[in-house]
Amino acid sequence: MSAALAAVGRAAAGMWWYLREVSGETAYDRYVEHCRRHDAAARVLSRREFERRRQDDRDRSPQQRCC
Amino acid sequence: MVDTVRTEPAPPRGRPPLRSIVIWTLVAVVGAVAWGVVALTRGEEISALWLLAAALGSYAIAYRFYARFIARRVLKVDDTRATPAETLRNDTDYQPTDRRVLFGHHFAAIAGAGPLVGPVLAAQMGYLPGTLWIVVGVIFAGAVQDMVVLFFSMRRNGKSLGQMAREEIGLVGGVAALIGVFTIMIILLAVLALVVVNALAHSAWGTFSIAMTIPIALFMGFYLRTMRPGRVIETSIIGVGLLLLAIVGGGWVQDSSWADTFTLSPESLVLALVIYGFVASVLPVWMLLAPRDYLSTFMKIGTIILLAVGLLLARPVLQNEALTDFASSGDGPVFAGSLFPFVFITIACGALSGFHALIASGTTPKLIEKESQVRMIGYGGMLMESFVAISALIAASVIDPGLYYAMNAPAGFLGDSLESASQAVAGLGFAITPDQLAAAAAAVEESTLVARTGGAPTLAVGMSQIFTDGFGAGGQAFWYHFAIMFEALFILTTVDAGTRVGRFMLQDTLGNVWKPMRDVSWKPGLWVTSALVVGAWGYFLYAGVTDPLGGINQLFPLFGIANQLLAAIALTVATTILVKSGRLKWAWVTGIPLLWDAAVTLTASWQKVFSDDPTLGFFAQRDRFSEALDNGEILPPARSLEDMEQVVTNSTVDGVLAAFFALLVVIIIADAARVCIQALRNPSSVSTTEAPYVRSAIVAPSGLIPTRAERELMAAAARGERDGDG
Repeated sequence: MSAALAAVGRAAAGMWWYLREVSGETAYDRYVEHCRRHDAAARVLSRREFERRRQDDRDRSPQQRCC
Repeated sequence: MVDTVRTEPAPPRGRPPLRSIVIWTLVAVVGAVAWGVVALTRGEEISALWLLAAALGSYAIAYRFYARFIARRVLKVDDTRATPAETLRNDTDYQPTDRRVLFGHHFAAIAGAGPLVGPVLAAQMGYLPGTLWIVVGVIFAGAVQDMVVLFFSMRRNGKSLGQMAREEIGLVGGVAALIGVFTIMIILLAVLALVVVNALAHSAWGTFSIAMTIPIALFMGFYLRTMRPGRVIETSIIGVGLLLLAIVGGGWVQDSSWADTFTLSPESLVLALVIYGFVASVLPVWMLLAPRDYLSTFMKIGTIILLAVGLLLARPVLQNEALTDFASSGDGPVFAGSLFPFVFITIACGALSGFHALIASGTTPKLIEKESQVRMIGYGGMLMESFVAISALIAASVIDPGLYYAMNAPAGFLGDSLESASQAVAGLGFAITPDQLAAAAAAVEESTLVARTGGAPTLAVGMSQIFTDGFGAGGQAFWYHFAIMFEALFILTTVDAGTRVGRFMLQDTLGNVWKPMRDVSWKPGLWVTSALVVGAWGYFLYAGVTDPLGGINQLFPLFGIANQLLAAIALTVATTILVKSGRLKWAWVTGIPLLWDAAVTLTASWQKVFSDDPTLGFFAQRDRFSEALDNGEILPPARSLEDMEQVVTNSTVDGVLAAFFALLVVIIIADAARVCIQALRNPSSVSTTEAPYVRSAIVAPSGLIPTRAERELMAAAARGERDGDG
């Protein structure tokens, strides 16, 4: 029983991980990690600043959507 | 860091384990039996599940054997070699991305309304030709194109198809490719917008639901921007909830005093779409386009899963014939022309879609972690789109054929009343009574289903039947409008994104002539180019909507020819690269699909330009109507002299475009042949255009499920990283 529950838990965690990755929610975490790795003292953008910059970048590089 | 751990080359090939032999033999047997049933059953109804089994069995075998053969022998993928995501990593454009995540992004970018619309129209020829082409086409052409282009672009640091055409073939090929891409996009946007207009015209329910997506997207945009930055999942869940509410609300609006406000003529819908397209192209992405993209992606994936589950639960029986008489006679009402070449033109996306080459040479190659993953992402992604196309073909084939023709024949052919439509359908050799037509419309709570061309309403009727049978809940009217909403939503997303991409291309090109244009945030430039792009597709959209002969009937073949032209460009570039890199003996892998595609495209354009049959050839049509016009006659389905003049104008424009597309294909292939012959005569003159080899430090699996060897390597890499940090 507990093994089955654990399996369900793992599946749910996997789904959640996938959703967060696919939707780009983890982009900020990755950015913070990237900053820390390169220069621990550098100022890290707040999430609000980061997301705003990321959205504005999309203005300059449109993504094609197919038929 | 993981410098000490290297990915080792693939282990030497040995005998496959017994288990693998047994499994693949079983898959082959199931697939073969299913094909046997699909192909040999005559005169009795068969279950749609046989089609699914035949397709899935074939996909599995193609992925396991053919895709692997291409990856290993033809492309020679090398997992010790760093991809641009690793060498040029900047954590924005270039970033190693988990293969499953990238698969999701790639699939969301390639899959749209195309694989849903084409198969529905091609059902006019019966379910067999469409099924065969979708499955065989994807295995040997479509998925190969996507994977090979993805690989070549990746080896060149993510160069676009246009850049590769220019570098590999030359200036002529490059310019032809650029013009091709731009014109195709305009036609594509016009045809897709036409599908939306046809689905929403005179339908208060549909129009209200779709109109509501604009405030919903704006709300999501502001929510993400100001209240909860970056919380995409939460925002999308709210958005999808509001969207479902908008679908239900459409039913209330239809029964209320607001109904008239949302009951729009096709012409007003064109105007609304053109204004919307312009505004969406000018507004910042975060406000409208990005949230709409999230919404349509969630809806797309959700509905595809729902459709697959619904098919399994409902196990519908195919009502369509395997092969109709229209396949050989070529005088079908949905689109003119016989099976060859027009099935292969009508079904583009799902079997072979040139547009994918733009995605495969866009963002995806910059994010891929390991070279061998091109198989899963390029080939696998396209197989998935093909599966969507098969599902759409099934949905169109489970509805009553009489209803199918009453919905898809042009309005001019069907006349104004249910009686005239019933008679016209009887004239085609199918039966549906006026009462049955009225009942079918009432079941989905629409005023009429007659001449609802474009494929979307037909698909929605088929899906609503499958969902109602499969889930036993929701009611057919809800599911019908759910399906309409789902299609219209991502068509509008494509229109938004496509207009914006077209605007960027135009700004870039005009920037060569006049510098300020190049600055993509320069407001006047932005407005002018947006207006030009919107005006261009708006023209074809308006012409299509008002065409007395039926816009889909006239424009869809052009769209198919254009899309397949782009595939010809992509396959030409790929074949040229294979030849130039000394792989002549493997050139057939892209060369044969190229020959096939060129034969299809050129035959179709030839018939569209030179055929004497006025229903098929654009210029024959033009002559027939202009002669009548000179004599002051009015030929049905035209009703006035203005109608007559319009037919003359439209057929001229369409004919010129068909000729122009064919000319582009010929130029590009001839230029590429010259380059290939030169390379073969003088191999030393060829220099590689690949980025230099850099050894990779990333360890990642190639396929969906890691092999035991890959697991061990990843575990070793993780240990190495810990030790390195510690």
